[in-house]
Parts: sequence; C-alpha cells; structure tokens
Amino acid sequence: MDLLNAFVALANFVLIPATAYGAQLALGALGVTLIYGILRFSNFAHGDTMAFGAMITVLFTWWFQSMGISFGPLPTALLALPFGILGCIGLVLLTDRVVYRFYRAQKAKPVILVIVSMGVMFVMNGLTRFIIGPDDQRFADGERFIVSVRSFKEMTGLSEGLAIRTTQGITVVTAIVVVAALFWFLNRTRTGKSMRAYSDNEDLALLSGINPERVVMVTWVIVATLATVAGVLYGLDKTFKPFVYFQLLLPIFAAAIVGGLGNPLGAIAGGFVIAFSEVTVTYAWKKVLVYALPEPLEPDGLVQLLSTDYKFAVSFVILLIVLIFKPTGLFKGQSV
Amino acid sequence: MSDTLRNSIYFSLVAVLIIGTGLLQSWNSALFILNMGLISAIMALGVNLQWGFAGLFNVGIMGFVALGGLATVLVSMPPVEGAWSAGGMRILSGLALGIMSIVSTVLIYRRMAAGRARNLAILAVLVIGFFAFRAVFDGGVEAVEAINPANAGNIGGLGLPVLLAWPIGGLFAAAAAWVIGKTALGLRSDYLAIATLGIAEIVIAVMKNEDWMARGVKNVIGLPRPVPYEIDLQSSATFVAKANAYGIDPVTASTLWVKLLYAGLFAVVLLVLFIMAQAALKSPWGRMMRAIRDNETASEAMGKDVTARHLQIFILGSAICGIAGAMITTLDGQLTPTSYQPLRFTFLVWLMVIVGGSGNNLGAVLGGFVIWFFWVQVEPMGHAFLTLVTSGMAEGSALKAHLLDSAAHMRLLTMGIILLCVLRFSPRGLIPEK
Repeated sequence: MDLLNAFVALANFVLIPATAYGAQLALGALGVTLIYGILRFSNFAHGDTMAFGAMITVLFTWWFQSMGISFGPLPTALLALPFGILGCIGLVLLTDRVVYRFYRAQKAKPVILVIVSMGVMFVMNGLTRFIIGPDDQRFADGERFIVSVRSFKEMTGLSEGLAIRTTQGITVVTAIVVVAALFWFLNRTRTGKSMRAYSDNEDLALLSGINPERVVMVTWVIVATLATVAGVLYGLDKTFKPFVYFQLLLPIFAAAIVGGLGNPLGAIAGGFVIAFSEVTVTYAWKKVLVYALPEPLEPDGLVQLLSTDYKFAVSFVILLIVLIFKPTGLFKGQSV
Repeated sequence: MSDTLRNSIYFSLVAVLIIGTGLLQSWNSALFILNMGLISAIMALGVNLQWGFAGLFNVGIMGFVALGGLATVLVSMPPVEGAWSAGGMRILSGLALGIMSIVSTVLIYRRMAAGRARNLAILAVLVIGFFAFRAVFDGGVEAVEAINPANAGNIGGLGLPVLLAWPIGGLFAAAAAWVIGKTALGLRSDYLAIATLGIAEIVIAVMKNEDWMARGVKNVIGLPRPVPYEIDLQSSATFVAKANAYGIDPVTASTLWVKLLYAGLFAVVLLVLFIMAQAALKSPWGRMMRAIRDNETASEAMGKDVTARHLQIFILGSAICGIAGAMITTLDGQLTPTSYQPLRFTFLVWLMVIVGGSGNNLGAVLGGFVIWFFWVQVEPMGHAFLTLVTSGMAEGSALKAHLLDSAAHMRLLTMGIILLCVLRFSPRGLIPEK
C-alpha cells in the first residue's frame, strides 16, 4: 500500500487532464449558454465556430513561426490568439447580419433557429475544411512541460511520475482569466447588466430602453471570443482537426444542460462534471489501485469501466439522467 | 398553374436529369443515382413524418440508418461456425443481465418511497448489475472474437433472407427511438435535437468498437443479396442471348439488370410507405398531428396527449429511417461503420426534406431525388468550377494546387448555402404543404 504514489498517479492521469479538459468544455459551454440565454436557441454551429477561430489562430501562428517570432517558453499560438478572435468575431457578426437577424425580426420559433444554425454549421465547417483541410494540424511550440515526469521523480523521490504539460497549465490559467473577465463584465458593467436583464425578461428590458441589437452584437462578440479561446486551448492541448470540434458539440451541450441552459455559472460546473466523469469512467484504474490497495486485493485486469472509445456515451448518459430527473439542470437554468 | 401540373413538371425534370446522366455519363451511374435517390426519398419520408407532421427535430438520423445497416448483418449473414457455442449465449446472457439491472432500477425507482433507502438500493443494483454484466459479457466477447479473427471474429447472423432485414432494421431503429423519445420528448424542442445527436454518435461508436457484433471497423463484406449476382447472369446462356438481342454486351447488361432489379424493390417499398404516409396525413390522426404541431397548448386543452403522440410519430419516423438504412447496406453489399458520416446521413436528409417541402410527402420524395442528384454531381461541378477559376493562375502555384485539392469540400459549403437560402427565401420548399 502506497497512498502517496497512488495519489500522484491519480493526479497525473485523472485530475490534471480532467481539469484541463473541463476548463475547455466550460469555455465552450459558456458560449452555448450565452447564446441560449440571449438569443434563445441552441447553437449547433458552436463547435465549428470554435474550429474556425482556432483555424485563424493556427494560420497566424504559422505565419509568426515562419517570421521567427516566438513567445519564449510559451506557445506562439497565444500571440496569434487575438487575431484569431478578431477573425472569428468578424465571421460571427457577418453570420448574424446575413442569417440570424432576419429570423430575429420575424420572431421565428427556436427550433427554426436551431435548423438555421445547422446550416451555418455546414457553411463554417465547409469554410474551415476548404481553407485548412480536414487533417490534423500541429501548431503547438515552446516548452512542452512545466513539470516533467523525470524532474518530478528527482524532486520527490517517488516512483510514480507527475507531468504537467505547458498546454494544460495555460488552459487552466487562461480559462480562469477569461471567466473572471466575463463575470466581471456581466455583473459590473452597464452593458453586462443590460445583457442579463435582456436574458431574464426581454419585454421588460426593451421597455427600459435597452437596445436589443446592441445586446445581441455584444453577445456574439463575447461568444466568438470564448469559442476561439476554447478552440485554441483544445487544439493546443490535444490536436486541431475540424471534425473533432463537431464531435465536441455533444459534451459541450451536455455540460451546458447539466449546469442549466442559460446559466453561466452552471456551464462552468457542467463542464467540469462532464470532464471528470468522462475521464474517471474511461481511465484504467489498475495503476492507482495497485498502489492504493493491500497486495491480496490488487486487481488483475485494467479496471477500466468503459473503453475510451465510448467517452461520448458518458456525457450522453449524464445528459439523459439530467433530462429525466432535473431538466432545468443543477443550477436552475431557463424554462424547460 | 395547378398543383398536379407543377408536381409533374418537377418530377419530369428529375427524370430528365437522371436520363441525361445516363446519356451523357453512363447508365450505370444514372441507375446508381436512381437507386440511392429512391432510398433517400424513403429517408426523407421518415424525417418528414417527424418534422413535417409533428415539428420534431431529429439530428440523429445517421444513428437510425446505421441501426438498419446493423440489422442487415445480424439477420442475413450466415452464423459463424462455433461462435454461438463459444460465447454467443454468454454475450446474450450478459446483455440480459444488463437490461435486467436497468429494468429493476426503474422498478425500484417507481415502487419504493423516495428517500435514502431507495437511493442506496438503486446504487447497489446499478453497481452490482454493471460488474455482473461485465463479468459475464466480457468473457463471451473474448471467446467470440478469438474465432478466426482475420475473417470472422463475430457471431455472424441468423442466415435468414436479406429482405427480412428491412423490417427488422426498422424495429431496431424504433427501439432506439423509444429510449430517446421517452427521455427527451415533452421537454424543450432543442433537447430532442441534442439527445438524438448523442444517440447517433453512440450507435456509431458501438458499431465501430463491438467487434463481436459486426466486426467493427474490420467491416462485414459479401452480404447476401436479394437479386442475382452479375457473374451468374454472365454465365447464364439465356441472359447472354437476351443481352445480345438488345445489342448490349453481357457484362454491362448484367450490371444494369441487377441495378434495375434493386430499383424495382426499392420503388415498391417507397410506394408502400408513401401510400401509408399519405393515408396517415389525410386521416384524423394526421390532422391531429398537425394541430399539435401548430398549437400544442390548444391541442392539449382539447384533451390530446401531446407527449404520447410525439413519441408515437418519432418512433414511426425513425423506423422508416431504419428500413432505409437496411436497404442501403443491402445495396452496398457490405457494412462499413466508418462510412456513416453525420453530414452525409443526417444533414443531407434534412436538406432533402426542407428543399422538397416539409409537411408534404410528395415534396419529401422530390427533395430526396433532387438533393441526391446534386450531392452526386456537385463534386465534379465544383472541380470544374475551380479549374475554371484557377485557369488564369500560373501552373504549379501553391494556391492553385490548394484550391483544386479543396474541391471535395465544396459539397459542404454548397449544401449549407442551399439550406440557408431555402430556409430564408422559400421556407415552404418546392412543393409546399397544403
């Protein structure tokens, strides 16, 4: 029995990756939940908005790399991120102007907007594939690890190593900064308050002189920013591949619904709930159990509850459970 | 212009397009477009039932189609030697254990009073059930997958006629639809969309990874066919004589004849389903469905059980998609789980329904043909277009090469733009609902 090593193994394979993944999901779910709160539909194009923003960032990163600009130990992508955000904002505002505004003026049913967002998804997906292709793209550079397995072992003398990748560190730090800024904006600024008012009660907000088009525009700008940041962080941490972002839709929606659609705090909680369950259920627990249990109880198999290929099933089952028992989500979201 | 005249013009245009393909390209590709067009029309009918009649948004068509494909393998393939005795029964009992624990959880939840005792009981049943399921199931899977993994490694099928797989594919899809509908219907419309999106991903993941079932990504090839094989036709003297009499060489004639036979089978299914859908639309049931779609609150006040009716039509529509899925797999003669792409099997079908005219069965059928035709032809068109655009550029420039490589992705872009334009400028489609 060796609880210290067991904990290090647990941290290395479950806690740290799940935290990074949870932060990425939370950022994605925040975007979905904001659109839902203000524009009142589920945006199926969100995954591809992430992919588009990340793609612009990747292109700028390559350009910077070719000019020899680097960000020291940090990935160059962070320098390119503002440009990616700007590009994504441009596209999203254009989409809103050309596509969504018409339906808003018509007061179309939410389900129509969902179908429209599916069309937008097609177009964005097509654009991304057209420009950068459907394949994996690598754009991470800089220092690979904050703490590497070897240095951790030397430092602590434990037999189990712990690695924290730079991308994981950056993910968490960036997510905290972005979320703090978002909540400061929503709770402290006039525009943020008008957004919340609009989300709570559209008619009252309009009566009190809030300009709906401005609220919508600000929302899209924030959503594009969040989506690009989430997309780039996910791409840095794992890999940039357009189709993967489409597949992220399910965990992102699950996170937003688990937390309560329309509730930003819920989106963050939901992101971590989904990420931690996904990682714990698909992790092979053998290593941790071998350290944690006395010798005779040590398991023979991998002790993996579900193969990693079924990680989407985890978010799906959680989604179903929440829909059955608490359709408004853990934190009370908007109407059922 | 009367409706009948307009509709006949639309359908004759489709016929002209397909015959034109036959004259300009080849009759084989024309018949391929016709066959897949028939199947697409069936899928569009199913989705039209859900969206057009009831306003339900199903984003998981791919999953139901794939379940139909799975049914084809499980019904029509001959059983693998020794698989059943090695582990087949064990897999089945494992699955039964899993289902039993879920059912008993539901029973406990319904029968016991809320409180800590119930929560503990549910937790205990689920945990014990899961480990019992894994203990029984995993051994069976290992035993089955160990049998001749290069060629089999699965339990095979029941060896029944392949046509039987079509209705069974529908049943599979209906069962999945029941699970989804039970949980997600009655809530906001978006939730059904998200839940169906999820089930589709999971069905595909299961089909890719459960090798014992249908060999996973190793694919099942050589499915039995409801029509004769080309090679048999070519060696039959009477067929060769007939082909020569028409002045076609026997090889081409045999491929055309097989495709025509398929077209006949598909047309019969389409016709039957179309007549049924038409009858449903005109019946009191169909009027009730549309009343629910147009005003749920009012229908509920009239005493209609909205959620139950939604569940009913959701299951029916998904079953039709399952039948179409079994037909596609039969036509292909193989099951390749990796070929199930959401853009191809979910969003394309949506495009068919919306372009054709949601709420109108004839419209859905027309949309199926038209969109399928363009889906097949847009890639060469996109390529030709880009070749034209890039013709002024210097040979060997990187941009030119990139643009030409990207022609394949033109499809997505074009389909998305068509969808957005139809929704915006002609939301009722080519043949609007009456």
